[in-house]
Amino acid sequence: MTRTRRRRLMLVGGLFVGLAAAVALALTAFSENILYFYQPSEIAAGEVPTHTRFRIGGLVENGSVERNNDDLLVRFTLADCEASVPVQFKGTLPDLFREGQGIVAYGALNESGQFVADEVLAKHDENYMSPDVAEAMKNQQGESCMPTNMQAKR
Amino acid sequence: MIPEIGHFALILALGLATIQTVVPLYGFARSRTDCLAVAAPAAIGQFAMLGIAFAALAFAFYGNDFSVAYVAANSNTHLPWFYRIAAVWGAHEGSLLLWMTLLSCWSLAVAAASRTLPREVASCVLAVMGAVSVGFLLFTLFTSNPFTRQFPPPAEGRDLNPLLQDPGLVIHPPMLYMGYVGFCVAFAFAITALLTGRVDSAWTRWTRPWTTAAWVFLTIGVTLGSWWAYNELGWGGWWFWDPVENASFMPWLVGTALIHSLAVTEKRGIFKSWTVLLAISAFALSLLGTFLVRSGVLISVHAFATDPARGVYILAFFAIVIGGSLLLYAIRAPQFEAGTEPVAALSREGLLLLNNIFLVVAAAGVLLGTLYPILADSLGMGRISVGPPYFNKVFIPLTAPLVLLMGAAAVMAWKRTRAEVLRSRLWVPLLIAIGLGVAMPLLTVGAGALAAIAGCVLGCWAIATALEDVVRRCRGRRIMLPRNVLGMALAHVGVGVFVIGISLVSGFGGEHDVRLAPGESASMAGYDFTFLGTRHVEGPNFVAEVGDFVVRKDGEQIAELYPSKRRYNASGQTMTESGIDVGFWRDLYVSLGEPLSGDAWSVRIYHRPFIRWIWGGAFLSAFGGLLALSDKRYRRRARAGKAVASDRPRKTAYA
Repeated sequence: MTRTRRRRLMLVGGLFVGLAAAVALALTAFSENILYFYQPSEIAAGEVPTHTRFRIGGLVENGSVERNNDDLLVRFTLADCEASVPVQFKGTLPDLFREGQGIVAYGALNESGQFVADEVLAKHDENYMSPDVAEAMKNQQGESCMPTNMQAKR
Repeated sequence: MIPEIGHFALILALGLATIQTVVPLYGFARSRTDCLAVAAPAAIGQFAMLGIAFAALAFAFYGNDFSVAYVAANSNTHLPWFYRIAAVWGAHEGSLLLWMTLLSCWSLAVAAASRTLPREVASCVLAVMGAVSVGFLLFTLFTSNPFTRQFPPPAEGRDLNPLLQDPGLVIHPPMLYMGYVGFCVAFAFAITALLTGRVDSAWTRWTRPWTTAAWVFLTIGVTLGSWWAYNELGWGGWWFWDPVENASFMPWLVGTALIHSLAVTEKRGIFKSWTVLLAISAFALSLLGTFLVRSGVLISVHAFATDPARGVYILAFFAIVIGGSLLLYAIRAPQFEAGTEPVAALSREGLLLLNNIFLVVAAAGVLLGTLYPILADSLGMGRISVGPPYFNKVFIPLTAPLVLLMGAAAVMAWKRTRAEVLRSRLWVPLLIAIGLGVAMPLLTVGAGALAAIAGCVLGCWAIATALEDVVRRCRGRRIMLPRNVLGMALAHVGVGVFVIGISLVSGFGGEHDVRLAPGESASMAGYDFTFLGTRHVEGPNFVAEVGDFVVRKDGEQIAELYPSKRRYNASGQTMTESGIDVGFWRDLYVSLGEPLSGDAWSVRIYHRPFIRWIWGGAFLSAFGGLLALSDKRYRRRARAGKAVASDRPRKTAYA
């Protein structure tokens, strides 16, 4: 084997080892950390297993937000066109969280069918609606069932 | 009138950019020096035109000209003047204009420096940069013109997104874009190398300062972005693996690889095609970053549906630039003669090869995590997202060895280093690293979090090895070390400081969400935070509730913090301004959540040890780059056509 060949082999070998390690890392990390998006009607239909972390998106129902007086626990319901899901969250809600606003939450379902959120996101811009939420707020005919004042441009 | 002048200047810039591209390339093909000579004046003219266009838009913002749709969408009469100017780059159209203006600045710099380059090379580089500029100008003029008028003009503008109303944001995008666009120069040099078929030490010596300059800007830009997120988002974090952040981080990773690979190509005449490929990739990722962030593609593929023209244009432009250069690469790269000497594992180039592999693989991992959700969505595979745990799992195992190698590489000689030399030089830094790395957290933040202490040792290792190198080289010398050697050492010290910062802040930082009524207090890490109440304050374009907090340690008052909640008048948007007590060893950080029953508020309290070290380290690295850049050897007049082998007067060359 010439020295050039050996050098090339080393280069290719190094690249291969690096790539293999990266692929292995990426795949394991990927399989554990991909979060699917579900909307309230899919959860109500029982399509989502309990204790699996996922994202949920929908509108915070008017009049549903309840706060505990002595700690930071908040309960509200999140709805799409067909169904709604009770959500509980302990912590600080984002600035744009309010009733009638589209939000995305991260968390899992508990046994009683409540969504326990560990993170709640409302987007930066008032006019901006997360595309996931916008998509979730459509009925089977594909028409948006959002209150008209919420259908602001993205 | 002024906006029309700006619009017209953009059109003229397009004409000049076309000339800057076509004529020199023709001259290059036909070896006509008169055509080659056109490049520099055309670049200067294009700079003037884009300068006028930029000034026109800035003036429209300054004068609150709401008949310009872009101004109306992003400004407001109550916005302070400096934010009105910064609003020029507050959204898509203006960002593109900033991008092009900065590109023309770089072109101007290349034109000014072109006397140190052979005319053929300088003109070819300018032609490639002109071509990129043509692409951007066409895109701007046809799909995203910032000068579009609207009638009737609204009485008041919609205001700049409050998130962007921060001093960090005034300088962050220009710095970031200077970095992105700076890689265009490296890209242009790479294309020139492919066209002329020459990658020699002269070529690398021309390319290196440009690449380093771009890297310095990008480093500062990314760092400012992180600092801004910490100040402005109210979450006490400094990096969120947000797609927007990743978009700026990927070119940085590949650019860092490029800097190191250029060093090897200059000193040893090897890795030539790899260096060229890296230069192309760095620019490709910069383009990706530009488009992804401001064009809404990242938020969702649906953004393409709202404006198909933009989406199609971006994809086509990307395909032409990257596809074209990769095709050229495939055709021309095999001709670069490979070095004939093998790369020894125990040599500086051997370790730099590993450095490149790690950096590129890390960049690929970030790219995968960033683009996969978009890909899955467009292929109908469901709406998914990839969170920070993925990135941490992929990124940290890939970068920790990198820092380890970095320390070893500093003391490694080119070609071959004997193992005993390494041992004799590395044991002192190793002991220092372990001692200091364990002692530092113990003395400041306490025990616990083994991974954080390991990270701290790693950071100290990087610093100790870099300093060992400098100390050893200085010993017995009268004159100063060359600036590029000092620059390298400083950049590596910066990495060490940075690593210490992230390790300790992730290992020992604390955060706490509490409900506090006036007079109540919460404690964290030995600090007592007392909430005194809120008061109402009116700002220029917002009203705010400001909370008063007093922080005590062992009963002694050490800081007063004023976090606030702002409501912006024009958009009705609410923003959190955090109250931060900045310190060398730790930050104390309070942000207001929301008003609860009574006068109580939900409050977030953070203890962030060593967080300043993160940005401090990054700035040290950037400063190291600047120092290396000021080395006088880059300003020597170029001698074209010198072979690599004959251009190695000093035996122990510097990286």
